[in-house]
Amino acid sequence: MTENLKIIEIEVLRYNPESDQEPHLEVYSVPFSDDMSVLQGVQYIKDNFDGSLTFRWSCRMAICGSCGMMINGIPKLSCETFLRDYYPDRIRVEAMAHFPIEKDLVVDLSGFIEKLESIQPYIIPKEPRSLDQGEYIQSPKQFNDYIQFTSCINCTLCYAACPQFGLNPDFIGPGAIALLHRYNMDSRDGAAAERMELVASEEGVFNCSAVGYCSEVCPKHVDPANAVNINKTNAAKDYFLRFLSPKGGAK
Amino acid sequence: MSKRRPYVRSMEGWWKKNPYFVEYMIHESTALFVAGYAFVLLVGLIRLGQGEAAWNGWLEAMQSPLSLIFHLVFLVAIAYHTYTWFKIMPITMPPIIVGGKRVGPGVITGSGLLAAVGVSLVMLVLVFWFGG
Amino acid sequence: MKSGLKRSNAPIFWSLFGAGGMLSALFGPALVFITGIAVPFGFLLPADAMSYPKMLAFAQNLIGKGFILAVIALFLWFAAHRIYHSLHEFGIHAGLAAKLICYGSAFVATVISVVVLLGLGF
Ligand code: SF4
Ligand code: FES
Repeated sequence: MTENLKIIEIEVLRYNPESDQEPHLEVYSVPFSDDMSVLQGVQYIKDNFDGSLTFRWSCRMAICGSCGMMINGIPKLSCETFLRDYYPDRIRVEAMAHFPIEKDLVVDLSGFIEKLESIQPYIIPKEPRSLDQGEYIQSPKQFNDYIQFTSCINCTLCYAACPQFGLNPDFIGPGAIALLHRYNMDSRDGAAAERMELVASEEGVFNCSAVGYCSEVCPKHVDPANAVNINKTNAAKDYFLRFLSPKGGAK
Repeated sequence: MSKRRPYVRSMEGWWKKNPYFVEYMIHESTALFVAGYAFVLLVGLIRLGQGEAAWNGWLEAMQSPLSLIFHLVFLVAIAYHTYTWFKIMPITMPPIIVGGKRVGPGVITGSGLLAAVGVSLVMLVLVFWFGG
Repeated sequence: MKSGLKRSNAPIFWSLFGAGGMLSALFGPALVFITGIAVPFGFLLPADAMSYPKMLAFAQNLIGKGFILAVIALFLWFAAHRIYHSLHEFGIHAGLAAKLICYGSAFVATVISVVVLLGLGF
């Protein structure tokens, strides 16, 4: 520990499923330099004070999407949030809101993974295409229709920001719907009608009440709220027009 | 045996925990005032259907100080609804492309508010001309 | 794809909510000002703008009827939807009862408005 380092107090929400009935806060005094992220602060605690502190991280450069935490109550990637911006105040670090806490700062993401699978996050071609038909041609305009929604890193900060997901864990939620929209909007894809069944279902887009906070916290400017709300319009059209369309809408 | 015991936190009081949610609840609650005003109009319509004396009774009630206070509150609350309705419009609308460029959120909110001001002026002018 | 998905009937209520929200955002403030402040108190606008003959004529006109119905009914459908959701958000899971009270009053108000407007003749 160097003398000229500043000291910041980090309050961490701890939970050990083997010994704790419920989570509790613990405070650590962490010396830091101006280039240290909140993630590094938490790592310092693990290395120096309590090796059992559990949290997820990988890339340390805001691209793997695994280090999401509530920092002073706001969902953020801890690797791109800096301790200097909170000093000299105490900083509170908690597991991402609305998810079950597995241990300390690690949450149970299995529900999210299931939702991700359910939206069929891959291109389902309109019609089978053989190799000698060549590649798909896509215009810059067609590319622009979906590119924004490809930026999602599955960090689930938007879920931690979404009270409707907190109130109804079955809601497919902002991130997965943004990705669903990404494939629907892709000119090579032809499965929008198939995905509509999910969009229009009781787990679907109508759980959203346009709070809009998901888009606010998204570190990649995906604007998941926009994807959800565009699909409300789509689902309403499908609801009212399903009897008119020759193929019929989703069941 | 699995040692897993995922802890589910309560949602109790969630909307108090973030200023963003507090604002959300405030703008959602403007619906109460929209409903209140619509009920005032509904009563007016019913009174109109009951004839001139009933209608004049309703009009008189509308001239009471209490009614003025109520309508001043309605005005503030519903104007706030107008502002927030157009404020969230950019996230609720499909993108609008003009000249190859996506129209920004500020322009969408601004156009909505401008439309509300326009509609209000037209209504005021109409009542001014035909009401005298 | 998940199985056992149930289609939500929300589009009906959501469409009414959207229409009412837009209508009240555009017309609401000016309407409150005209009917609740300016005309009753003769402030800026002519005080007899809502006299019985004038309002009767307005409510007998087809466009006037449409406007009155749209304002009363859609404002209430909009409010019912938001209030119902807010109850859920506050953790009041009154379920069916809350649903009936919120949407039910909007429905009843709509029916009353239609009946009165038809009764006023053309
Ligand atoms: S939409 Fe944004 S906040 Fe949500 S998971 Fe994707 S990157 Fe994260
Ligand atoms: S560690 Fe990868 S996003 Fe933060």
